[in-house]
Amino acid sequence: MAGPLEQFKITPYAEMEVAGVDASFTNSSLWMVIVVTSLTVFLVGGMRKSALVPGRWQAMVEMAYEFVANMVKENVGREGKQYFPFIFTLFMFVLGGNLAGMLPYSFTITSHIIVTLALALVVFAGVTLLGFMKHGAGFLKLFVPSGVPVPLYLLIVPVEVLSYFTRPISLSVRLFANMMAGHIMLKVFAGFVVSLGAAGILGAGAAVLPFAFNIFLVGLELLVAFLQAYVFAILSCIYLHDALHPAH
Amino acid sequence: MDVEAAKMIGAGIATLALAGVGIGLGNIFGSFLSGALRNPSAAPKVFGNLLLGFALTEALGIFALLIAILLLFVV
Repeated sequence: MAGPLEQFKITPYAEMEVAGVDASFTNSSLWMVIVVTSLTVFLVGGMRKSALVPGRWQAMVEMAYEFVANMVKENVGREGKQYFPFIFTLFMFVLGGNLAGMLPYSFTITSHIIVTLALALVVFAGVTLLGFMKHGAGFLKLFVPSGVPVPLYLLIVPVEVLSYFTRPISLSVRLFANMMAGHIMLKVFAGFVVSLGAAGILGAGAAVLPFAFNIFLVGLELLVAFLQAYVFAILSCIYLHDALHPAH
Repeated sequence: MDVEAAKMIGAGIATLALAGVGIGLGNIFGSFLSGALRNPSAAPKVFGNLLLGFALTEALGIFALLIAILLLFVV
């Protein structure tokens, strides 16, 4: 029986090397392509015959759009409108990756820290560059909270700087660890079912319990898949807000 | 002490973080319920914040699990 960590194994399908870097087409790449393709089909297909009164498919696309649009409006403000495409792409990609991982025999792309760290670093670098482009040196006001007595700066500023630089780490680890832990849990309980079922008639009866629990866990994991995509997008919105309004 | 044994003990100690997460999650849902029972009409508005708080707190527990896994399999 495969161990609970086996599902995260990366297997290359086509070996490739670009300038000494291993750039093989792996199962992770394959699932990224699947996620992006199905998202494109979902969004473009839903809006192909856009009607004033939306059908079922179009309503789903519009719901996704409005959900993210509201999130950006509430957390970034009106001037966040021009960053909506980025947040929307981020949210849909993470959500697609999380949900695709719930399919049996699939691979969860967001359960690898390299994927989530790359996404988080893009957010971090983009937000930092944007802050400096919009406010110049005034962006550094972000690290000096207003209303704090001057002697406390010695303590507050290093803490603020540190918390700023740990953002990409906490953002990526939260997503990857959640997905990894959830999938390990599912496989551990699935393992209980198999090993109990192999232990005779009494064991097979008892195997109903972990099986039922696993069904509950699948529901929980679907919730977590959505929630973590939501948290990832909303934290990106909050970071974007900080970059646009550094003096808080 | 044997390094293997120390790793296992460390992984066990890492699960203590669940106490803090339990307190945090209990606080979030308890506060939400008491607030929602006082003013049920305002409850749907903060449901999104409830889920956000739940996800952020739960992530801390998973950080502890990550440390346990790192101790057992990586270090």
